[in-house]
Amino acid sequence: MFLKKSIDKLKSALDRTRKILNTDISDLFQLGRKIDENFLEELEEKLITADVGVETTLYLISSLRESYKNKEIENKEAILDFLKETLKKKLSKKENTIARASEGPTVILVAGVNGVGKTTSIAKLTYYFSQEGKKVILAASDTFRAAAIEQLEKWAQRLDVDIIKQKMGADPAAVAFDAIEAAVARKADILIVDTAGRLHTQKNLMQELGKISRVMKKKIPDAPHEVLLVLDSTTGQNAIVQAKQFDEVISLTGIFLTKLDGTAKGGVVLAIQNQLETPVKFIGLGEQYEDIEVFDGERFVDALFS
Amino acid sequence: MFDTISDKFQDISRRIFSGGKLTEKNIEEAIREIRTALLEADVNYGVAKTFIQRVKEKALGEQLVKSVKAREQFIAIVFDELVSLMGPVDTSISFAEKRATVIMMAGLQGSGKTTTCGKMAKFLIKKGHRPLLVAADIQRPGAIEQLQILGETLGVPVFSEPNWTPPKICAKAVAEASKKNCDVVILDTAGRLHIDEGLMKELGEIKKKTKPDNIFLVTDSMTGQDAVNSAQEFHKLLGLDGVVLTKLDGDTRGGAALSIREVAGCPIKFVGMGETLDRLEEFDPQRMASRILGEGDLAGIAAIAKDLINEEEAEKIQEKMLSGQFTLNDFLDQFSMMKKMGGFSDLMGMLPKNMLPPGAQEQLQSGDAENMIKHTEAMIHSMTPQERNHPDVLDGSRRLRVAKGSGKTIQDVNQLLKQFQDMRKMMGNMGQMGGFMDKLMGGGGGLPSMAGGLPGMGGMGGMSGKMRSKRKKKPRRKK
Ligand SMILES: Nc1nc2c(ncn2[C@@H]2O[C@H](COP(=O)(O)OP(=O)(O)O)[C@@H](O)[C@H]2O)c(=O)[nH]1
Ligand SMILES: Nc1nc2c(ncn2[C@@H]2O[C@H](COP(=O)(O)OP(=O)(O)O)[C@@H](O)[C@H]2O)c(=O)[nH]1
Ligand SMILES: [Mg+2]
Ligand SMILES: [Mg+2]
Repeated sequence: MFLKKSIDKLKSALDRTRKILNTDISDLFQLGRKIDENFLEELEEKLITADVGVETTLYLISSLRESYKNKEIENKEAILDFLKETLKKKLSKKENTIARASEGPTVILVAGVNGVGKTTSIAKLTYYFSQEGKKVILAASDTFRAAAIEQLEKWAQRLDVDIIKQKMGADPAAVAFDAIEAAVARKADILIVDTAGRLHTQKNLMQELGKISRVMKKKIPDAPHEVLLVLDSTTGQNAIVQAKQFDEVISLTGIFLTKLDGTAKGGVVLAIQNQLETPVKFIGLGEQYEDIEVFDGERFVDALFS
Repeated sequence: MFDTISDKFQDISRRIFSGGKLTEKNIEEAIREIRTALLEADVNYGVAKTFIQRVKEKALGEQLVKSVKAREQFIAIVFDELVSLMGPVDTSISFAEKRATVIMMAGLQGSGKTTTCGKMAKFLIKKGHRPLLVAADIQRPGAIEQLQILGETLGVPVFSEPNWTPPKICAKAVAEASKKNCDVVILDTAGRLHIDEGLMKELGEIKKKTKPDNIFLVTDSMTGQDAVNSAQEFHKLLGLDGVVLTKLDGDTRGGAALSIREVAGCPIKFVGMGETLDRLEEFDPQRMASRILGEGDLAGIAAIAKDLINEEEAEKIQEKMLSGQFTLNDFLDQFSMMKKMGGFSDLMGMLPKNMLPPGAQEQLQSGDAENMIKHTEAMIHSMTPQERNHPDVLDGSRRLRVAKGSGKTIQDVNQLLKQFQDMRKMMGNMGQMGGFMDKLMGGGGGLPSMAGGLPGMGGMGGMSGKMRSKRKKKPRRKK
């Protein structure tokens, strides 16, 4: 339903990258250049500038070099296809559908560092599931940041869903527990738990997050069914360690990549996919609740290179 | 510990023949390393490239300090260049003379603008000002409430008109500041993408209407390659006066600092070191440079060590070492020097892992290194001045007294003295090796002894390092 719109958005968002990766590569070939070290270096520049990261870039380049040596790649079409295939394989190797509880509410825990777009992404998810006709309940477990509860409340009003909250400064795990009880009692299909932003380096706060996750199991043993890390696509290489650290504490099931409507290329996705098993499940393309799209690795790569 | 020292002596002696000039060839390795370090730190590709090129040109042909390898020397030069590029420290805020001063915060979504407005208000209150906070973000749900809560905690008035346009809100707030008995107006604008023409135009209008004395870009220190693009656009439109780099309390390498500095040209004034309003700090170019090059790099150590070692003091000890007259007193002096450096473990922890002697890693982790120093100190403190200067007089009964006085065993004391004698012997020999130590010391006159665990420290010519106080602890947020 929002397919057309999102493709357009995604396309324009990735336009820059496309320009960088495609136009320049074609230029190189139109000038009749061979695939030499200079060319590879320029390609390296393009990838790093897209936040793909040194390690992943070197990996891609060395596979490219290898294939060239083995005469697998000889021309421009081949090189692009090769890159696209390599990346698609990476991005699509993992199941990226949303896990659902076999019975009772499906619980989605949302976490991430400060300001990445957690609360906004929750509004988007709420919209997404509401479109499916699901009954959604929100838990305001960010009890720390000023007006974080009010922010979620406003989204809940706009989207016409219930919100479970306590006062600022309340125990976030207690809020989550309240919410899970309410979700069961009110027969909700989906419970989404908002949490305060925290840096992965803050031990006590990471432990607090672990507690939020654990406390819900008392009511629903296999909750949370989805644990989404929200990543800001403008973030550079630190995104990788963020993903690793959050994964250690709450076992991530997916990534919500936000702010792809900016000029940041989201190349960080490739880096993350190269280092972690956690699939990207959704992308955020704006500040409104309908600016959400299910992540599609193939299309993402195509949009990147087309 | 003494074993370690002699290891390091050998290590340094191996390096002394590498004097000469910095050439393209002998810094090749360093250039690769630095390039990778910068890119991994998220310094923009183009910025990193021109930066390295510039430093390389500057460094080529420079005389190598004898005791330092070309690689390390080049890293030191890079460090120096990073510091001077991101410095000098400038936390000035322009104040208006006849009307209320206007400070405008702008930036991408979620970068930390609202929090920084609160921090800035607190900072100004401490300086005797009476700030007014202005809620000009009517976009993000709860943004006004967020600022109001911050205002309440600070006891600062908050101006808001949810149904007005941001330029109108800001203009009115500035006009009313004096009525509200406020001398500084802080504008909290909505986050926006630099490619959002409509919203960027709105910022331009706010600027036109309020004529801010200070326009600060609030940037997330975790930003990647795109930092240059947004900074450039904001700068082009607004003419930035400064940058606030937020969320530096995490472990991001923060290469965006260099990128932004390069494209916007304005100083990075403050850094956000946490979510609470007291966590606004001055930008420290040295600290940032070490961070960008990566924890554990020699550059960080060089910066710390340089100013710390009082050169005269060091020379005196050095002389004594050469003549074999090094006493336990001198030994103690070195300890205190090291302590001034902010703790042995801290210092050792900054060395790349492969430079640590075997076993040191574990000791560091268990806090043994610090303990070891403490115990050694305790023993020496239990000696009389005479004993410290002439350890030979320490016979069995004296040793027993020292052991009791320091709460150690006589074996511990014996061991300390044995190691000390060995070291002195070794140093005496070196002194007689004709100029060996001179070579060892290189040009900087540093001290390759205990602190010689930091090879090359003595010779980092041109380091403008100022001592950083202790490494700041990660802030804990109070609930
Ligand atoms: N342009 C853009 N802005 C976003 C997106 N997602 C969130 N934001 C904005 O980012 C800022 C922080 O979002 P918020 O949800 O409060 O982040 P949280 O602190 O992680 O909960 C807000 O200004 C949001 O409007 C997105 O996909 N695109
Ligand atoms: N750890 C840390 N978090 C910060 C810092 N500055 C802001 N934040 C957090 O970043 C998030 C976004 O901040 P906010 O001020 O709302 O950003 P704005 O959207 O630009 O106004 C909030 O969770 C803040 O608490 C900082 O220096 N360190
Ligand atoms: Mg939030
Ligand atoms: Mg704000």
